[in-house]
Amino acid sequence: MADKKEAAGKKGFSLLGLVGPIQFVMGILLAFIGGALFLWIFRENVAEAYGALFKGAFGSKRYIGEALLSTTPLIFSGLAVALGFRSGLFNMGVEGQLVFGGMVAAYIGYAWDLPRVIHLPLALLGGAVVAGLWGSISGYLKAYHNIHEVITTLLMNYIAFAIADYMIAVGGPMKADNELPVSPDVLESARLVRLWEGTRVSSGILIAIFFAIVVWFFIYKTRIGYKMRAVGFNAAAAEYAGINPKTMTVLAMALSGALGGLAGAVEVLGVHYKFYAAFSPGYGWDGIAVALLGLLNPFGVIAAAFLFGVLRSGSITMQAIAGISKNVVSILIALVIFFSATNKTLEPILKRLLGGIGSGKELELNTEQEGDR
Amino acid sequence: MANWSQLISLALFSATIRSLTPVLYPALAGIFSERSGVLNIGLEGMMLISAFAAVVGSYYSGNAWIGVLWAIAAGLLTSLIHAFMCITLKADQAIVGTGINILGIGLPSYLLLKLFGSQGISPIVNRLSKWRIPVVVDLPVIGPILGEHSPLAYIALIMVPVSWFVLFKTPFGLRLRSVGENPSAADSVGVNVYLMRYIAVMISGVLASLGGAFLSISYLAQYTRMMTAGRGFIGLAAMIFGRWNPWGALIACLIFGFADALQATAQAANVPIPPQFLLALPYILSIVTLIGAMGRANPPAYVAKPYEKA
Repeated sequence: MADKKEAAGKKGFSLLGLVGPIQFVMGILLAFIGGALFLWIFRENVAEAYGALFKGAFGSKRYIGEALLSTTPLIFSGLAVALGFRSGLFNMGVEGQLVFGGMVAAYIGYAWDLPRVIHLPLALLGGAVVAGLWGSISGYLKAYHNIHEVITTLLMNYIAFAIADYMIAVGGPMKADNELPVSPDVLESARLVRLWEGTRVSSGILIAIFFAIVVWFFIYKTRIGYKMRAVGFNAAAAEYAGINPKTMTVLAMALSGALGGLAGAVEVLGVHYKFYAAFSPGYGWDGIAVALLGLLNPFGVIAAAFLFGVLRSGSITMQAIAGISKNVVSILIALVIFFSATNKTLEPILKRLLGGIGSGKELELNTEQEGDR
Repeated sequence: MANWSQLISLALFSATIRSLTPVLYPALAGIFSERSGVLNIGLEGMMLISAFAAVVGSYYSGNAWIGVLWAIAAGLLTSLIHAFMCITLKADQAIVGTGINILGIGLPSYLLLKLFGSQGISPIVNRLSKWRIPVVVDLPVIGPILGEHSPLAYIALIMVPVSWFVLFKTPFGLRLRSVGENPSAADSVGVNVYLMRYIAVMISGVLASLGGAFLSISYLAQYTRMMTAGRGFIGLAAMIFGRWNPWGALIACLIFGFADALQATAQAANVPIPPQFLLALPYILSIVTLIGAMGRANPPAYVAKPYEKA
């Protein structure tokens, strides 16, 4: 690895570091081109649609605030999916973990009366721990019963939704004393502070970025993170090297679930201040696309989350101004996912191209780069 | 206790047939796709898109059978996307399936607003009328259970022996399974691996589409947002429980169908259990049966692995 870098360095420069950013930009561009084609087929005014989309995201301070507001839970859900992928696990249960995280954070937020310094962290932590335990069930079933985590995480979403519905339904233990199916309001001491006058942006965005750095450090700089990646890369080889893949699988699903839970907790404690069934417009599902577009790299996740935050908030304005359903964004997201699915096929080609430009000759492929799993 | 004894009736078993149909279709769909070596997590999305297409077809023609044709067309198109990405572009099959599922949420919702000006539900359309099977309907016990159902429910049940026969008793089925178990060996004896996989995924799309059409123009008579409610995923669980065999999948679907019918009947009978917990029952049961099934279940050897022609 070092030799190769040196070899490339001798020729002046290496463009291999650009593989990730190029894939990122190509993913976005192809999604927008595909989306334009889609809108054109259905005889929409493409320029008006995209114009309204961007106006809705950047048109005013309030709109930018709304985009950042959506970015916050998306960073967490993207990190949750990325951490799972790095360990060889496809966590499709982030939406359910998010609902659990929001539910528990709301409960701690309204039911316990504590000083601010411990109340807010405890509410966040509670949401993370319960969602982590919920997620670890799928890890356990994968490790000890060999049941594919995609199936169990998906099915457990529906169980989580049912439990959440029960909590705030008439007669449910978290039901507020009013006509609506909502929890009581979270106390002031458990709410995230507003950061930016005139917008709803809360300190949640800073917590999210902080966690992205923590996850990056964990995956790449710690012993356990290394073991998890080893299991994700080749479970049999990792076991041969003395790593217990079962433990790592359960742990990875627990941590992934905890990050999913934080997505819900920051949403409840920073935006809604109460729990209700439909508080997430699908942030957990979007996390899959965020992680993939971000190439499973925590910093890539931040960038991808911002893009999807822009799309989410812009789409609401697009529906209001241009009359085009905000669900067009889901179609763009599906296109991003389709593109990301071909990353593995595309990456060697890109590397060969860039290696060729940088060093004047074709480079051998190395598998240690970003995007492996 | 009186409540509980009222639950078990012939109507409950009839409802079981109705509840198992939209799970049996994706289960069989998954078997065809995965037996050929292509993972198909996108069944849920294929069902949603087809369910919506069925409503559109029935809405504009006034004929529910035209709706079924629209659903099949939608299922074929969606499965072609899946096949092209997975087989030709050799993309990650789990990720493509996820994309199809997200498309399955977004596309119908977009069209719902465009065609019907609605955010969540379509107008009521004509639906398939039930078939009364002569002779059978008059039999004691069997009559009330099996005598009168949607034609799509009968087709689903008939597809079990048909799928089994096609997969295990015909040269076509042997080839289909061979490209999932050992594609290079199949290739060396002249089987076109890519073509077989395309055909298998398209069969899968048609079966999934019938499951979607059953929900929207037979069980109900309209499209509602995300109306499949995870049935595509439960179907995949049934496929695994049944060890990628149509008869085994049928047994799993009977269990899930019974659980679903029981929870619906229990809700109607005001059983003192929160309705939300009853709704969760089929999903919990799916996971529990998987715990029982695994260990003896072996997926086709080359499932989720793209084939690189040497």
